[in-house]
Amino acid sequence: MKERLVQLEVFRYNPDTDRQPSYQRYEVSCLEEWVVLDALNKVKETLDPTLNYRWSCHMAVCGSCGMMINGEPRLACHTFLRDYPGVIRIEPLVHFPVERDLITAPDDFMAKLKRVKPYIIRKQKQPLEAGEYKQTPRELLRYRQYAMCINCTLCYAACPEYGLTKHFIGPAAIALAHRYNQDSRDQGRDERQEVIATKEGVWECTFVGACSEVCPVHVDPASALQQVKIASSFDWIKEHLLPGGGK
Amino acid sequence: MSRNPLIREVPPTSWYFRHPRYLRYMSREITSIFIGAYCVLLVFGLAALAGGPEPYAAFIAALQSPLSIAFHVAVFIAALYHATTWFNATQVAMKIQIGEDFLPGSTITGAHYVIWAVLSLVILGFAGVF
Amino acid sequence: MAKSNKPVVWFPFAAGGTVIAFFIPVIALLTLLAALGKLPSGLTYDALHGLLAGSVLAKLVVFGVLALSLWSSAHRLRCTCFDFGLRIDTLVATVLYIAAIVASLAAAMLLFRL
Repeated sequence: MKERLVQLEVFRYNPDTDRQPSYQRYEVSCLEEWVVLDALNKVKETLDPTLNYRWSCHMAVCGSCGMMINGEPRLACHTFLRDYPGVIRIEPLVHFPVERDLITAPDDFMAKLKRVKPYIIRKQKQPLEAGEYKQTPRELLRYRQYAMCINCTLCYAACPEYGLTKHFIGPAAIALAHRYNQDSRDQGRDERQEVIATKEGVWECTFVGACSEVCPVHVDPASALQQVKIASSFDWIKEHLLPGGGK
Repeated sequence: MSRNPLIREVPPTSWYFRHPRYLRYMSREITSIFIGAYCVLLVFGLAALAGGPEPYAAFIAALQSPLSIAFHVAVFIAALYHATTWFNATQVAMKIQIGEDFLPGSTITGAHYVIWAVLSLVILGFAGVF
Repeated sequence: MAKSNKPVVWFPFAAGGTVIAFFIPVIALLTLLAALGKLPSGLTYDALHGLLAGSVLAKLVVFGVLALSLWSSAHRLRCTCFDFGLRIDTLVATVLYIAAIVASLAAAMLLFRL
C-alpha cells in the first residue's frame, strides 16, 4: 500500500492561554486511501496529543467531524487525502465560536433546532388500540430527503446570511422543520410556522444555495427553504386576504 | 476547564471573496442593477412613445450612442445570466411529486428553457426581426 | 417573534424574477438591435404606437412585465446592498421600493394615455 507524506496546517487555539489563534504545521506519513480524519488521528497519536477535534463514526453518519478543509466546510471523515496534493489547511467550522483548536461551540444551532420542534406533534393522539400511524411510500417521499440530516452544521458554515446575521435560524433547522411539516403523521405545522415564517426564519434566506452544495448527505436544504417560502406566502394570502383568515 | 470561546468575525464587505460560489452569487445579484436600470430606461421609452413621432425618434437616436450600446450589451448579458440561474433554481424550488417519484429536475428546468425559446422566437417574429 | 409580512414583498419578487427571466433577454435584444442602428420593424413609431394604442391586452402585458420586473430588481438590489455590507436596510428598502412603485405608476399613466 502506497504511503504519502502529508503536510497539515492546523488551526490551534487554547482558551486558557491564547488570545489569538495560531497555525501549527504537522507532517505525517499517511496511506494513499486515507481521509483527513485518519491524518489527524495519526498526528494526535504520534506527534501531538494536545490537538483537539471532534469525531465519532468515521462514516459520515454522526456529523461530528465538520471542519474547514482548505476553506470549504467538509466532514473530515469524508474528505480524501488523494484529492489534496498540497498542504492541507484545517480550521474549525466558520460562523461558530471556537472552544479549543478545531472544536466549535454549536450552542446556537442546538437552541435553534429546539425552537423548530423537530418531532411529530399530534393534536389528537391515536389510542394504542388503533395501532401504528400508517404511511404510504408516497407520503414518505414527501419528507424523506429532509430526514437525512445528520446535524453536522456544514450548511451553517457555508451560509453567508448566517455568517452575517446570527439571528437567522439557518438551513438545517428550517429544513428539519419542513421535514416534519411534510410528514403525514404530524399535526404541528402551525406551531412550527410561528417559528420559521418569521423575519429570522426563512425570510433571512436569499437562496445563495451554498448550504445544498456542501451538504454531505444531499439533504438539499435550499430546496426545503424555498418550499417553506412558497408555503408561507400562500399562508399569508389565506390569513390576510381571505375572509375568516382561511380558517 | 474554562470557556473562553474565540469569535471569528465575518468581514461584512469582503466575505464573498472567500469562495468562487459566493462571487457567482454576487454576480447573479448584481444583475438586478442592470435590469432595474434597463426597466427605468424602458419607462423613458414609453414616455417618448407617448410624446409622439419626434420625441420617439430622438429616443431611438439617443439609444445609438456608444455608451448606450455598451449598456445594452451589459443588460443583455445580465438578463441571460439572470434567466439561466433562475431556470436552474426552479428545479430546486419546485419539487413535483408524481406517485412515488419526483419529476427529474432537468425536466422542470428544460421545460422552462423550451418555453423561453418559444416565447422569445414569437416576440422576435412579431417584432419583425425575421 | 410573530410571523413576518415578508410575503408581501417576496411573492411579487418571485413573480417578477420569473417575468424577467422569460421576457427581458429578448426585449433587451430588440433594443440592442435598435441601439446598433438595426431598428426592428416592430419597434418603429407607427408599429409600436399602433400595437399599444389599439390593444388593452398589450398595455396590460407591458405594464405587468415592467411593474413586476421593477419590483423584483428593487427587492434583489435591496438584498444585494445588505450583502455588500450596507447596514441601513430600512432606508435602502424604502428608497428602492418607492422608486419601483413610482416608475410603475409612471408606466401605467403613460400606457393609459397612449
